[in-house]
Amino acid sequence: MEKQHIDALKTIVGDEHVLTSVEDLHCYSYDATPGFSHMPDVVVKPATTAEVAKILALANTGKIPVYTRGSGTNLSAGTVPTKGGIVLLMTRMDKLIEIDTENLVAVVEPGLIVSDLNKAVEAYGLIYPPDPGTVTTATMGGTVSENAGGLRGLKYGVTKHYVMGLEVVLANGQVMNVGGKNVKDVSGYDMTKLFTGAEGTLGVITRIVVKLVPAPEARKSLMAIFKNLDHAGQAIAAIIAAKIIPATLEIMDNPTIRTVEDYAKVGLPVDAEAVLLIEVDGIPEVVEKEAAKVMEVLTANQADEVKLAKDAAERDKLWAARRAALPALAKLRPTTFVEDATVPRNKVPDMIRAVNETARKYNVTIGTFGHAGDGNMHPTIVCDIRDKEEMERVYKAMDEIFSTAIKLGGTLSGEHGIGLGKLKYMEDQFGPVTLEAMKSIKRALDPNLILNPGKLVGEC
Amino acid sequence: MSDKLVTAQAINEHDKELLADLQDALANCMKCGNCMEVCPIYKELGTETAVARGKLALMEAVLSGKIPISENFDKWMSKCVSCKACTVKCPCGVPADGLIVRGRQAAVKARGLHPVKNYVFKLLKNRTMFDLALRLAGLFGPLSFKKLPRPMAAVARFPMPGLDKRRVTAPFAASPLRNRHPEVIKADKPKLKVGFFTGCTINYIYTDVGQAVIDVLKANNIEIVIPALQHCCGTPIYMSGDVEAAKLLAKHNIEVFEQYKVDYIIAACGSCTEAWKIEFVELFHDDPAMKARAEKLAQKTYEISEFLVDVVKIDKNKLGPVNATVTMHDPCHMARGIKVTAQPRQLLKSIPGLQFVEMKEADRCCGSGGSFSLGNYELSRKINDRKIANITATKADTVATSCGTCRMHITDGLVQNNQNQDVVHVIQLLDKAYKAGQKK
Ligand SMILES: Cc1cc2nc3c(=O)[nH]c(=O)nc-3n(C[C@H](O)[C@H](O)[C@H](O)COP(=O)(O)OP(=O)(O)OC[C@H]3O[C@@H](n4cnc5c(N)ncnc54)[C@H](O)[C@@H]3O)c2cc1C
Ligand code: SF4
Ligand code: SF4
Ligand code: SF4
Repeated sequence: MEKQHIDALKTIVGDEHVLTSVEDLHCYSYDATPGFSHMPDVVVKPATTAEVAKILALANTGKIPVYTRGSGTNLSAGTVPTKGGIVLLMTRMDKLIEIDTENLVAVVEPGLIVSDLNKAVEAYGLIYPPDPGTVTTATMGGTVSENAGGLRGLKYGVTKHYVMGLEVVLANGQVMNVGGKNVKDVSGYDMTKLFTGAEGTLGVITRIVVKLVPAPEARKSLMAIFKNLDHAGQAIAAIIAAKIIPATLEIMDNPTIRTVEDYAKVGLPVDAEAVLLIEVDGIPEVVEKEAAKVMEVLTANQADEVKLAKDAAERDKLWAARRAALPALAKLRPTTFVEDATVPRNKVPDMIRAVNETARKYNVTIGTFGHAGDGNMHPTIVCDIRDKEEMERVYKAMDEIFSTAIKLGGTLSGEHGIGLGKLKYMEDQFGPVTLEAMKSIKRALDPNLILNPGKLVGEC
Repeated sequence: MSDKLVTAQAINEHDKELLADLQDALANCMKCGNCMEVCPIYKELGTETAVARGKLALMEAVLSGKIPISENFDKWMSKCVSCKACTVKCPCGVPADGLIVRGRQAAVKARGLHPVKNYVFKLLKNRTMFDLALRLAGLFGPLSFKKLPRPMAAVARFPMPGLDKRRVTAPFAASPLRNRHPEVIKADKPKLKVGFFTGCTINYIYTDVGQAVIDVLKANNIEIVIPALQHCCGTPIYMSGDVEAAKLLAKHNIEVFEQYKVDYIIAACGSCTEAWKIEFVELFHDDPAMKARAEKLAQKTYEISEFLVDVVKIDKNKLGPVNATVTMHDPCHMARGIKVTAQPRQLLKSIPGLQFVEMKEADRCCGSGGSFSLGNYELSRKINDRKIANITATKADTVATSCGTCRMHITDGLVQNNQNQDVVHVIQLLDKAYKAGQKK
C-alpha cells in the first residue's frame, strides 16, 4: 500500500486509530483458525458509519483489499488478510443504541460483544438467543456475518432468525439500509438475510436491528448415558417425535467422553458410546411435563443411566462435562481444529461412526461432540501443526469428514462459516451452477473485489 | 536501553533450552481469543497487541525470526498486570502470564531494563543500601511527601522517578516494623512458632498491618520470629523479567529462613506468599538442590488468613464487635495465584457487628500490578476506576484486601474519585475484633 493511502486513512479516523507497526500488523495476521496467517498493510479502527464509508470509498478507488474484523474468533480464516491491505477493526463501534421493549427489538453497533447485549436485556426479562461458545468475546457484527449458532440452536435457531434489519456500507462507500422493526416484511429481495452470513464479502455491517424474545421462566437439565450409540440416535429421534423441542440437545462421543473424564473427572463411564445432555425450558408447568416425558423417552430407548438435575447446582454439574469437552480435547495436543460439519439429525450416529472410522484410518485423534438435536457436529481434530507428516494425515481426514457429511445429505458448516477453511469443498456441496450464481452476486455488489477477496465463494 | 535490534538468532545462541520449551508452550495457544473477555488491559486498549493472544503471537514471531525484539515489543510485553485472569480462563491451559514474563526476560536480555525500574531494582538487589534508603525515606518522608487528611495517604512534594505527581501513595514509616520489634516475640507455652516474612511494603510502609499480624498471633499464643536479615521477595523484579536478580533474592531469603526452627512461615501479602509457595520453587527449576530447599519451605508457607482459618482454627468466640460495612477486594495473587479467597471472607464474616457486602467482580485486578503502575500510571488508573465504581456501588465504608500494593492503589483511586472509604488489610479488622473482645 502506498503512503498516500495511509495518510488518507489517518485523515479519516485520526492518527491514533491507524496502526502500522510491525507488531500491530502481526497481531492482525491470524484469527482462531489454525494454519492461516498473513500480514495486513494497515489496521484501521473507525468510530462511525461515515468513517467506514470514507474508508471503503478510498479502498475501492485504490483497489485495496479490506478485511472487516470483529474479535477474530472465527474458525474459518474469515478475517485473515491473505492479500494484505486493510484490516478494518470494528471494535470501537460497540454501542448498544436502543432496547425497544414495545417491539422487542434491540439496535446495536457491530462491535458490541454478544453477551453484553444479553446482560443489558436481561433486566427486561428478555434474551437474545444466539449463543456461540464465544458469546463472551465475539462481536455482534462477527456473529451476524458468520450467521453464528450455538447451544440453543435446536429450539431458537441461529443468528439469521433474529436479524431484522441492517445498515451496511457497500464496497463503493455508499450506505444501504435494509429491513427494520417490522415483524412482517416481504418487500423486495431479502437483503437482510443475504448480508447475514456473507462473511464480510458483500459489505460492512455498521448497525444491526435484532429480535429479542422473552426469557424462559424455568429450565430443567437431564443427562443420559448410552453404552450403544444407536440407542442414543434413536432417543434423539424419539424426543423430537414426542413433539418436544428441547432448547439444547447435545451429544458427546466415546473419544470425547474418555478425554473429558480423564481431564475433569466428572464421573462419566469411559466405556459409554454416547452421552446426551438435554435442557428443556419455558413455562414451569410445561417444563416439568416435558422433562418427565424426555426422561420416559430416554429410558424407553435403553439409556443405561439417566440423571435429572434437581437444582441449579446439579444442573451446573451436569453441564460441566459438556463445557469441558473442548478444553479437554484442546489440552491433549498443541493444535486444535474445531469443525462443524452438519447432517440431518437422524444421521448423527452414522456421522459419528464415520468420523471415528476416519480417525482410525488416518491415525489421528478426533473427538466429536456437538448439537445432536440439529445435527450440527463438532469433530475436533487435535494434532501438532509443526509436524508435516501428521498434518498430511490430518488434512486427508478432514477431506473425508466433509465428503461424508455431504454424502449423508449434510452441509459443510452448521455455524462456523466457509471462509478459506472450507472453500475447497464448496463446489462439492453446491455444484457449479449455484456457486457461479453466488459469484455473480459477489461481482455485482463488489465489482473491484475488495471485500474479503478470495473467501467464501473463492476467486471471482 | 540500547536501540540495536536483537533478533531471535542472537537470543537463540544464548539460551537454546529456554526457547525450546517456550516454543512448545506458545504452540499450545489455539488463538481462540477467550482471554479477551477477562484481560483488564485489553478492556482498556482494545487492540490485539494488548491481550494474551497477541502477546503470545508476538513472542512466537520473535522466536521464529519474523520480527525483532524492538522497543515496541518491549512496550507490549510490559502492558500486562500479571493478573493471571487469562491463564485461568484459557481452555488450553496456556500459562500466558508466566510466558509474558518470559517475554520480558528476553527483552531485558536483549535491550536492558527500563531506566526507572533499573534504578529501583539496583537498589533492591543490595539489601543494606535498600534498607538504608527506605529508612531514610521514612525519616525524611515528611519533607518530601505531603500528608493527606486521611490515614496512610500522601502525595509526593517533589517529582520522584517513576511516580506520577498526582499520585497518592502511603508515607514511609518513620521506623520500619522490623526495627520496632525484637527478632523473637515470645509467648508463654506457645502452641506454635512461626517465621513472619514481612515483605517490604509491610516493613517500610504499612507497619500497621505488621503490627496487627503480630497482635493477632500473640492473641493466639503463637511465638513469632521476624528474621532480621530477610529481604524483599523479589516479585517485582521477577515480573519485570530480571530473573537472575530474582534468584539472588530468593536464595537469600531461603538461606535466612532456613536458620530458624519454625513450624510455619507466614506472610500477609498475596504476592509474598505466592513467591514462597510457587515462584521460589519455579525459579530453581534447573537447580535440583536449591529447588528441594525451596520446596521444603514452600510447604510450610501460609498467607495469614489461610493460616488462621486452616491451621490455627481460631476461636471466634474471642472476637468483639467491629461496626463497619466492609467489602473485599481479592488481590490477583490471592485469588488466582495461591487461590485463597474463602478464608479472608470467613474471618470477616465471623466478626460480630461487621456487615459484609460482596462487590461485583471482587477478584478483578485493581490495576496496580506490582511495579506495572510505575511505568503505566494512566492505564493502571483506568483499570482502577472500574474497581472504584464496584466499591462505591456496595455503599461499604471500608474496603478490606490482603496486599499492600492493592491497598495503596485503591486508596489512590478513591482519592482521585473523591471517595472516602477506608482501605485496610483483612487482618487489621480481625485485630480490632480481638481488641474489642478483650475489652468485653
Ligand atoms: C472456542 C470457540 C468456540 C466457538 N463456538 C462457536 C459456536 O458455538 N457457534 C458458532 O457459530 N461459532 C462458534 N465459534 C466461531 C466464532 O466465535 C464465530 O464465528 C463468531 O461469530 C465470530 O465473531 P467475531 O466477532 O470474532 O468475528 P470475526 O472472527 O472477527 O469475523 C468473522 C467474519 O465476520 C466478518 N465480519 C466481522 N465484522 C463484520 C462487520 N461489521 N461487517 C461485515 N463483516 C464482518 C469478518 O470479515 C469475518 O469474515 C467458536 C470459536 C471458537 C474459537
Ligand atoms: S485463551 Fe488461551 S488458547 Fe485462547 S487465545 Fe488466549 S492464551 Fe490462547
Ligand atoms: S495476566 Fe492479566 S493483564 Fe496480563 S495478559 Fe493475562 S489477563 Fe491480561
Ligand atoms: S510482593 Fe510486594 S509486598 Fe511482598 S515483598 Fe514484594 S513488593 Fe513487598
